[in-house]
This record gives sequence, C-alpha cells and structure tokens, in this order.
Amino acid sequence: MKTCLVVDDSGVVRKIARRILEGMEFTVIEAEDGAVALEACKQALPDAVLLDWNMPVMDGFEFLVQLRRMAGGDVPKVVFCTTENGIDHISRALHAGANEYIMKPFDKDIVIAKFQEVGLLALDASAEA
Amino acid sequence: MTPPDYEYLRKLLKDHSGLDLSADKQYLIESRLLPLARKCGLSGIPDLIAKIKAGSSTHTVQAVEAMTTNETFFFRDKVPFDHFRDTIMPEVLKARAARRSIRIWCAAGSTGQEPYSLAMCLKEMGAALAGWRVEITATDLSQEVLEKSKAGIYSQFEVQRGLPIQMLVKYFKQSGELWQINPELRAMVQHRQLNLLHDFSQLGTFDVIFCRNVLIYFDQDTKINIFNRLARLMEADGFLVLGAAETVVGLTDTFKPIPERRGLYRPSGVRAALAMPRAAMAVGY
Repeated sequence: MKTCLVVDDSGVVRKIARRILEGMEFTVIEAEDGAVALEACKQALPDAVLLDWNMPVMDGFEFLVQLRRMAGGDVPKVVFCTTENGIDHISRALHAGANEYIMKPFDKDIVIAKFQEVGLLALDASAEA
Repeated sequence: MTPPDYEYLRKLLKDHSGLDLSADKQYLIESRLLPLARKCGLSGIPDLIAKIKAGSSTHTVQAVEAMTTNETFFFRDKVPFDHFRDTIMPEVLKARAARRSIRIWCAAGSTGQEPYSLAMCLKEMGAALAGWRVEITATDLSQEVLEKSKAGIYSQFEVQRGLPIQMLVKYFKQSGELWQINPELRAMVQHRQLNLLHDFSQLGTFDVIFCRNVLIYFDQDTKINIFNRLARLMEADGFLVLGAAETVVGLTDTFKPIPERRGLYRPSGVRAALAMPRAAMAVGY
C-alpha cells in the first residue's frame, strides 16, 4: 500500500483528506506543519505528500525546498493543496519541485484526478471511487 | 415527477435530440430541469412541462438543451489524447506532409474542454506543426454550451479536473476565481451548432473525428446511421475516436477498430446505404 503524508494545520482538512486518500487505498500519515512533516520524512519517505502552504513553524514551501534537498527527497510526489490560488504561487511551487497543485476548496474527484496525473493512481480508479 | 410526466419528457427528448434515456433517469431529469424551471420563474417541473405542452418553443429548446448537456472535463479519460499524440498525429503528419493542413471535428464539443485539450496537444507538438493549417471544429446541440466554449472561461473546479497544472499555467490567464484559455488557442477552434440527427455533410472532410460519449444515448438504428454518415465525411485514411463505452463492432462495417488502440477506428472503405433516421424527420428546432 502506498503512503501519503498529509500536511495541514487544520485538523478538519487533514480528516477530510484522510478519508479521501484511504478510499484511494493509501496509508495516511498526518503532520500539522512543515517541521513535523520533515521529521516524518527523515523517518521514512512517503510516496506522496499532500501539502498546505500557510502553516505555523514551517510553511509548505519551505518544507518542499528542504525535502527536495534530502537524500531521496526527489522521489515523493508533492501535491500542493492550498487556498493560495494565484498563478504566482503556483509557478513558484512548480519551480521548487512540486508535481501538482490543488486549489482549495477541493473534493474527492480533484484529488483523484491530480493523483492520476502524477502517476500515483491507476487511470480507471475514478470509475470505482 | 409522475411516471406520465417522465414518459412525456423522454419522448420529447427522443423526438428532438434522438437521445434515448432509460427508464431510471428521473434523477438526471430532475437535477437538470429543476434549476431551469426556477430560472424561468416557474414553481417546478410540472409547470415547465405545462409550458412545453402549451407549445412554448423557448421552454422546449431550453429543456432539451438542459437534458442533453453532458459532464465533461479536460483530457477526459486521458488515453484518447495519448492516442491522438502518439498514434494519430504522427500518421497525419506523414500523410498530409504535402498539403500541410489538418481538420479535426469534435462532434460533441460541449463546453470546450475536449477541443481545447486537442488544441493544447497540438501546441505541445511545437515545431512539428510550424507552417501547418490546423482547424478544430467544435459542434454541439446546445447554443448555450457553445457560447461557454467560445468564451473559454472555466471555474477553478473545472480547470482542476484532468488539466495538468503545467498546462494551466502555460495556456490560461487567471482572472479572480476564473481561468480563461489563451486567445491563440481559442482561435484554433471554430464553433457551430449542430444536431447529429440532421445532415452534417456541409462541414466538409475531416482527418480526425472525436465523437465521444454522445452516441451512448442514441438507439441502435440512429447510431448506425450516424456512423455511416461520419464515414462519408472522413478522409479514407482518417481516424475516428469514440468514448470508452462505445464501439462500431456489431453495428456497422464502415469503420474498423485499430488493434490495441481502444476507442480508435479507421474507415474500412465499405460504403453503407444512407437513410436519415426516422427521429430526424420529427420537428427539429
């Protein structure tokens, strides 16, 4: 089973994301900010990271930069999931190595579509989900 | 909705668009027609039906359009666009090297996601198409849907269904919560209102026809008739792309499937007799 690290300072968003991702057969790990997420990645690299931008302690952008510098840190697929919906933010994220970008509010279909896009999910998954 | 009302709407839809709804699609009709009834200032679907029965062509047209509008998103099903890029276009580039022009028809263009996905595929091919004349014709039954396609403006939800983020950044301009596809891509797509039940031979000849997820709603005779007419306006070495749940097999031998390319068909060279379907004789609009 693939693992997804859900990084968001909102417990509600983490819970919604967990439910969607578990429905997609992912094992979910949660982190409430970038620093906690980075620690989790040092323990074991996940297959995917669903990443909020604005968080206390360490934001999502800084986390991404640090992750990509780690040994093997280029492997996890990073999908931003944030209310920062401006094209400038999206471009910055892609430049820093994000694989996909979800603009909040999001739903199950969008998460499925984006995970398919980066090859984390088989194409026919949407039919069953 | 009462069963007679449902039957009435089914027949109306069948006569006007050829769409053949099965008996269990009440929810679909309700979800489409209730918002329309409200928009028209009516109390509900029974009032809307009363207007249609009284002969209001405005309400009839709007109801048929509302019921026939399909869900669509960018690069829907992904595979057909991979086929387009990896199988269809390399062949077309070779076959049309002298003429340097390509004509593509999206026969159920809907709100534009499919024709614009093709336009983006072609743009991504870059220099290979430099100096070529590329024409994408998008047709749909619904004028309202075509207007949306022409504008090329999509909500945040719509641009997140199937559109890779790099494509969004590259080919769209943001305006608040909305995203508009670039003028250069919009200019690649011509829009025309068209009912597939009616004669479409005036559209000319095409190298590629995308006709996805629309024939599933038609009955068998209508499907056969449409396939046979599609074959007539397709280049002998052209390509037909159908939806995942659709096939020509068992219906017509005017097209043959391409092995190991699901949804992809080529003309077989067989010409079938043409008769317009009976439903097409019914009063159109």
